[in-house]
Amino acid sequence: MYQYDTIDKAMLADRSSEFRGQVARRLAGDLTEDQFKPLRLMNGLYLQLHAYMLRVAIPYGSLNPTQLRKLAEIGRIYDKGYGHFTTRTNLQFHWIKLADTPDILDHLASVDMHAIQTSGNCIRNTTTDPYAGATAEEVDDPRVWAEAIRQWSTFHPEFSFLPRKFKIAITAAPKDRTAARVHDIGLVLKRARDGALGFEVIVGGGMGRTPYVGPTIKEFLPVNRLLSYLEAVLRVYNRHGRRDNIYKARIKILVAALGKDEFASQVEAEWAKIGEIADLPDTELARIRGAFAAANFEVLPAQSEAFEAAKASTPAFARFVRNNVKPHKKSGYGIVEISLKGIGDTPGDATSEQMEVVADLAEQYGLSDIRVTHEQNLVLPHVKLDDLPTVWAGLRDAGIGTPNINLISDIIACPGLDYCALANARAIPIAQHIAEKFRDQDRAEKIGELKIKISGCINACGHHHVGHIGILGVDKKGEEFYQLTLGGSGAEDASVGSMLGPALPYEKVADAVDTLVEVYLRERQGDERFLDTFRRTGVTPFKEAVYADAH
Amino acid sequence: MPTLIELKDGVCRGVQDSFTHVADDEALPKGDVIISLTRFQAEGDALLSEGRRVGVKLEAEEEVEALAYDLPKLAVVGLVALNFPKYRDGRAYTNARVLRERFKFTGQVRAMGDVLREQAGFMVRVGFDAFEPADDASANEWQAATRRYRHVYQRSADGRAPAFAEREG
Repeated sequence: MYQYDTIDKAMLADRSSEFRGQVARRLAGDLTEDQFKPLRLMNGLYLQLHAYMLRVAIPYGSLNPTQLRKLAEIGRIYDKGYGHFTTRTNLQFHWIKLADTPDILDHLASVDMHAIQTSGNCIRNTTTDPYAGATAEEVDDPRVWAEAIRQWSTFHPEFSFLPRKFKIAITAAPKDRTAARVHDIGLVLKRARDGALGFEVIVGGGMGRTPYVGPTIKEFLPVNRLLSYLEAVLRVYNRHGRRDNIYKARIKILVAALGKDEFASQVEAEWAKIGEIADLPDTELARIRGAFAAANFEVLPAQSEAFEAAKASTPAFARFVRNNVKPHKKSGYGIVEISLKGIGDTPGDATSEQMEVVADLAEQYGLSDIRVTHEQNLVLPHVKLDDLPTVWAGLRDAGIGTPNINLISDIIACPGLDYCALANARAIPIAQHIAEKFRDQDRAEKIGELKIKISGCINACGHHHVGHIGILGVDKKGEEFYQLTLGGSGAEDASVGSMLGPALPYEKVADAVDTLVEVYLRERQGDERFLDTFRRTGVTPFKEAVYADAH
Repeated sequence: MPTLIELKDGVCRGVQDSFTHVADDEALPKGDVIISLTRFQAEGDALLSEGRRVGVKLEAEEEVEALAYDLPKLAVVGLVALNFPKYRDGRAYTNARVLRERFKFTGQVRAMGDVLREQAGFMVRVGFDAFEPADDASANEWQAATRRYRHVYQRSADGRAPAFAEREG
């Protein structure tokens, strides 16, 4: 993992002391809330329905045990003993007092963490594949490039007041676990026939009111030209993105208005003028790459007796392995997904105790490496198969051994009306109702991969547009209604879901999902996922079944 | 006369501003003036030939490329003022940086409009060297705001060595 050096640490210390001064001026009344708002937002501090929310950055979703323990400690001291992992792989504390925030930032800085650029119209946390460095699928380690972008984008003097927020995702595997095609910029690392590494650059995807799957504007950008090219894209956007309407200010609107070819040619022209001076020197790239050198893997046989014996003797462990353990590039190792979607729990929440359990397990059995996924789960990327039964038992005892990764109860949900001032409707209880309905694990496995994503308003923080089943909360004359969409995907086969029919009342949503699943099980052919069946049959059978009562 | 903060050799000083802002529909006073791009394109040469100094104010949506031909002149007998209609409107940062890095403009680049000390660090980094603060910041406060960070991560127009260059020693 990348280690902060004295320069990185000084940046955080300076930030922390700057914010301490700003909070003191606010508390003394020298700054009004209006004047203070932009300053606190620069530090990830939002004022929500009931309290301040502090969003802590987890750059490219990567944590070490010390950092996770610190988050647990902050949750215990300053919040209600838990935190909420987000789709940007960050962590939110929802019950924060303003006066405590400078101390919290100092706590964070003590473990090389911060809340920089987790808010505001700037370049936000760059996300990447949670399996980076562990999966055999990748052509390069995407964290190298994510770290290069982290540094380049931090306090960028030209791009801190963009028309709107800006999100970048990087994947190096054909199976996209980052939703790259629905980001402002999606970068897909590829290897050319001659072995050279490059990025496919996708610009102008996004969700919100106007969802788009982003077009590719450059098929192959040589990797060492990344920063100059990003500078060109951001400069074109900074100059020409709309600033008259907050809902039309994302880069997707500019790309759609110009057309991808015209946008691409403006970027090319700017890029040519910028030149190589703006690229990172090879020496710095080598330094960063060194930090992500392969972990100290042992040479192990592909088969583990302890692992096979536990699977044979313990069905619950076998089920966990089927759903939560993914193949590792090294024989004798596995990638372990930790579900934060316990049945009846709030998606993405982890208690301080659970964070500490994960930190301990990572330290003892996982090469001290922890990842956060954009689907609001955690990953131990390097666990020996021999140790898997022990790791599983530890997770299970902490209430985070739910074997439901990619299954119907592995739901993304935004905080919704339970916390958020923008929401029209609750999202968390809808997720809980659905998870309860599919509590039967055999049935959930029979249904297979099914991604439900729930947003409490059109801003789409719950990614409903790209859910196989998407659920959007709307307000109808003061009552919560939910608009269902089908057939979305945020993966390599990205698409925006299409509307099922009229919005449903709160209490009908979980039943409607049940009906959709029954139609799928009836219609499915062979190994089709819900998404595949829907794409083959179209909406008609689903629509007929859900609205049958209405006729 | 409103206070102007000038940055020279790393030091911020409050100075008397010799320039007067003149709107398009206002009569021109004597002395140094800052006028719009439109007015400059119509009257700039005539005004300069009178021996006075002329600054050009660019709105956020106007691009410095429009001034390319006039910049050598303005560097000697004028300035470029970039307007921030709101502090959140970041287009002037690009204009300033392009002025310095692409056109090698050596004259004054002045920040005007919604110019706040919290943004002072960013402004200095992209090449602004004169400021009309909207928040009554003093030169000392402005200076402090530009020095909050000991290091920077990226190259910009201020010539500061980014972290990767510092690391190479």
